[in-house]
Amino acid sequence: MTVKITIGAVNRDHGSSRIYKTGGWRTMRPVVDLEKCISCYKCYDYCPDGAIKKLDKGITYDFDYCKGCGICAKECPVQAIVMIKEEK
Amino acid sequence: MTKEDLELFASGHRACAGCGEGTAVRQILKAAGPNTVATICTGCLEVISTGYPETAWEIPIIHAAFENSASVAAGVEVALKELGRKEGVNVIAFGGDGGTFDIGFQALSGMLERGHDITYVCVDNEAYMNTGIQRCSSTPYGASTTTSPVGKLSIGESRPKKPIAAICAAHGIPYTATASIAYINDLKKKVKKAVETEGPAFLHVFAPCPTGWRHGSDSTIEIARLAVETGVFVLWEAEDGDICNLKITQKPKKRKPVKDYLKSQRRFAHLSDEDIEHIQKEVDEKCEKYGF
Repeated sequence: MTVKITIGAVNRDHGSSRIYKTGGWRTMRPVVDLEKCISCYKCYDYCPDGAIKKLDKGITYDFDYCKGCGICAKECPVQAIVMIKEEK
Repeated sequence: MTKEDLELFASGHRACAGCGEGTAVRQILKAAGPNTVATICTGCLEVISTGYPETAWEIPIIHAAFENSASVAAGVEVALKELGRKEGVNVIAFGGDGGTFDIGFQALSGMLERGHDITYVCVDNEAYMNTGIQRCSSTPYGASTTTSPVGKLSIGESRPKKPIAAICAAHGIPYTATASIAYINDLKKKVKKAVETEGPAFLHVFAPCPTGWRHGSDSTIEIARLAVETGVFVLWEAEDGDICNLKITQKPKKRKPVKDYLKSQRRFAHLSDEDIEHIQKEVDEKCEKYGF
C-alpha cells in the first residue's frame, strides 16, 4: 500500500480510524439478554471502544469494533450480558 | 439522541481490549463537547489514536513531542485569543503519566504558572505502557515493571507515587481534581467544571491498564473502583489551589482492605503479607490526612 503523505502530515479525515475493524481481535463475544436488560446503559458508558449502541429499550453491539474485553458483562448490574467463545 | 451521544473518539482505535484510557478519553470528549481543540503528546494515546493516515479524533488535534503537550496547548490558546476565536472553544492538553509526571512536567508547570485558559488532562496508568511497562514517577510502591523488576533484593518499584495533582494545585490554579473511570458521572462533572473554569485546570484521571498491570481485560473498571474503595486513589477537587480545603467527592462508607486491590493485579503478586501490611499502613495514614 502506498500512502501519500500530506504537507505537515495534516490529516483531515476525522474519525477515519473507523475503516479499521478491530472486531477481528475478538476471542470472546458478548451476548445480551434484552428481557433482563434494564436499560441503565452502564455498559455503554464503560465500553472503551464505543462498540455498544443505545436502543430505546436495551442495547445492541457493533461487532465491527467490539474487541470482546468483557467489561460490559462484568459491570452489568443485572447480569444480562454473558461472554461466549467467538467462533468464526 | 442527545449531545453526549456523539462519539468524538471514534471506534477502530488500536487500544488493547479493556483499555482504561479508551473509556477515559471517550467520556472526557463527550463531556467537553465538539467545540474543543486538543493537543496530545507521545504515549499510549498517540499510538492508539493516530495510526497515520487514520485518526480516531473527531475534533481538531495537534500531536506534540513527549514533553510539550502543555506548551503547544499554550500556543494554541494564545493563537485562538489573538484571532478572536477563543470564545466558546475549549483547549484540552492530554498527557499520559510519563508525559505529565516525568517528561512533560516542566512544560506543564510553566503553562499553569502563566495562567493559560487550558484544561490539562493526565490519563494515569502508572508506568510507560506503550514502550513495554517501564517504571515512572507515577508507579506505586511495590509494583513490578520491566525496569523495576522483582528479585531477591528488589520488591519492585521502591519509591512512592508522586502526588501530581497536589503539586499542580500548589501552583494556585483555579481548579484541580482527581477522577476515576469507574465513576463516570463524577468524571464528566469534573471535566465540565474544568473546561468552564477561566484559567488553567488540572485533571488527574486514574485508568487501569490490563496489559501493564497484568489483570483480565474485563476487570479494568472493577479495579479502578477498588482503588477508590480501598483509599489507594482518593477522588477530590480543589479550587484556587486551596489544598488545605479540598473537597472529597467520593468517600467510601467503609474502606475495603488494600489487599483486595493488590491481589487483583499480577504486578503486585509477589508482595508478602508483611509488605501488604506496610502498604495498608501508608494508605491509612494518607486517608487520615484527607480526613476519612
